[in-house]
Amino acid sequence: MVKFIFRRMLVMIPQLLLLSLIIFVLAKQMPGDAVTGAFMGNPNVTPEQMEKIREEYGLNDPWYVQYGAWIGKAVKGDLGDSYTHKQPVTSLLAGRVVNTVTLSLFILIVSYIIAIPLGIIAGRWADSWADKMIITYNYFAFATPLFVFSLLMLFFFGFVLGWFPTGNSVDVRLEAGTWDFYVSKFKHLVLPGMSGALLATAGTIQYLRNDIIDTKLKDFVKTARAKGVPEGKVYTRHILRNSMLPIAAFLGYEITGLIAGSIFLEMIFSYPGLGQLFIQSITGRDFTVTTAIVMISGTAVIVGTMLSDIILSAIDPRIRIE
Amino acid sequence: MAETVLEIENLRTSFNIKGNYYAAVDGVSLTVHKNEVVAIVGESGCGKSALALSIIGLHNTKTTKLEGQVNLKGQNLLNLPVEKLNKIRGKDLGMIFQDPMTALNPLATIGRQIAEPMDYHMKLSSAAKKKRVLELLGQVGIKDANRIYKQYPHELSGGMRQRVVIAIALACNPVMLIADEPTTALDVTIQAQIMDLMKELQRITDSGIILITHDLGVVAEMANRVAVMYAGEFVEIADVNTLFSNPLHPYTRSLLSSIPSNMTDKEELHVIEGIVPSIQKLDREGCRFAPRIPWISEDAHEDKPTLHEVEPGHFVRCTCYKKFHFPEERVEDENYVTT
Repeated sequence: MVKFIFRRMLVMIPQLLLLSLIIFVLAKQMPGDAVTGAFMGNPNVTPEQMEKIREEYGLNDPWYVQYGAWIGKAVKGDLGDSYTHKQPVTSLLAGRVVNTVTLSLFILIVSYIIAIPLGIIAGRWADSWADKMIITYNYFAFATPLFVFSLLMLFFFGFVLGWFPTGNSVDVRLEAGTWDFYVSKFKHLVLPGMSGALLATAGTIQYLRNDIIDTKLKDFVKTARAKGVPEGKVYTRHILRNSMLPIAAFLGYEITGLIAGSIFLEMIFSYPGLGQLFIQSITGRDFTVTTAIVMISGTAVIVGTMLSDIILSAIDPRIRIE
Repeated sequence: MAETVLEIENLRTSFNIKGNYYAAVDGVSLTVHKNEVVAIVGESGCGKSALALSIIGLHNTKTTKLEGQVNLKGQNLLNLPVEKLNKIRGKDLGMIFQDPMTALNPLATIGRQIAEPMDYHMKLSSAAKKKRVLELLGQVGIKDANRIYKQYPHELSGGMRQRVVIAIALACNPVMLIADEPTTALDVTIQAQIMDLMKELQRITDSGIILITHDLGVVAEMANRVAVMYAGEFVEIADVNTLFSNPLHPYTRSLLSSIPSNMTDKEELHVIEGIVPSIQKLDREGCRFAPRIPWISEDAHEDKPTLHEVEPGHFVRCTCYKKFHFPEERVEDENYVTT
């Protein structure tokens, strides 16, 4: 198993390199560059001066030279400087990465806490009233756009009821590291987190329910019943283990959805995370920041699929590679 | 006569189809004794598997109605709540399933799956359980038991898996075994091996066995008694020698003459015309086999066919057997008019 995990991690290296190359080339195809983004419409900067700056930053070099320089620094942890923020990308991203990862993990965990029991109930007692209620909720979750739902949550719980703060990731007056600081962080997390989690449950519930309905008709479940296994144990020992497989396989995809969703959530809740910065950096043609953020999201997806693979191979002996 | 193990009385299993109940097993009675193999034969769709699943209570209770009695050790299994039934299934009553490719949980080791019934029915330490599992693996003819113990179903061949399925059924020394077409899903050479194994087990255990099959060769080899099933009813019950030497019911005779043989010089294989009617379309009045032997006059059949004991232990349903002949046979009965 350890060997498998190690080998699976080795596979990630070429994946990440390929990802970085694609991202770099694609980002270069964006209209304009950092210089246009920074000085466009500024009457004090002439096109000749802009050209001079480009030369200085190496922006006129062929793409592979630029890529080589970028990747060479990136592996050492230097992602360059942001053109618009005039500070190293790493320090610009540091706090925001923590915020986005916290938010995404919150959404992931809460959505599983909600979805797995509901999926099990709906699948085990399919067509019961409980199942019908869960399915109804599920269709709502599927059909409601995240930005509409988030705005409603923000309006009711943030504005009308005033239970939770409506923006930012922490109360600015608090000192980092104190108990109150973490409480405040959590309070700021609840609204965007719950908005994301309540909708993110839909896929998991649907998959789990359908798979349980499918699995409970399988022959090996009959074998289990013929052994005299009590009904509850038939589910925990036989059906659920098998039905968790698609959920685990879905994890990498789920993470992709979270990243896309976090862009909306962070904009709506003015939550200072990567998503918010991402939009700013694209509109500002802040090339170094954009590539760094896309690279981080891409890495998250690759890590997610790797986690899927590891979990799957832990549960399912058929795909365990010796 | 040996001690009775299982007694089925007037069992009727009906399925709910669009609001109406239709009987797939329609008033079946059967007694199985200790150390006895009773074969149930019939075409696909005649109710054999529905009967097996009724005995062990594996039908969906919401869509199935069970009437009559299935008595095992003095308890009517049909009345038992599922918690009490679970104390009997896997312990006194073992089941061998048809398809070994799907009957095992793909995510659990062979050892775990064989030990599982012991978790609920026997108080054994885990070391004792393991010992028993290895012993069972040996009994079902698996040589390298220690290795197989740790393996998963996908690592084994179909024949090996069927041996494992049999080991599971035997785990708690059941008094009654139900084998639902144990060889159907296997290829011919493996079928022979599994049949040899079943015969061997019959010798070493003294449980009663119900063997469901449509393979008359298997019946001839293994069974002590045979019940021929058609459209949810037994049409003929006899001990195995009588059945093969003196088959009476038209259905039994048709089945037997459908066996390919190199002993006769017939060019064509006998074919029973038509198919078993579906349980919704089945005409439950009169002889159910009548539509498939249309050349036999209607007055040969009873209005309400019952099982007649024609000689001790040999039962035949309906009276049509008295006037039955194959279409190509010459008719000596003057009352019968050929067209």
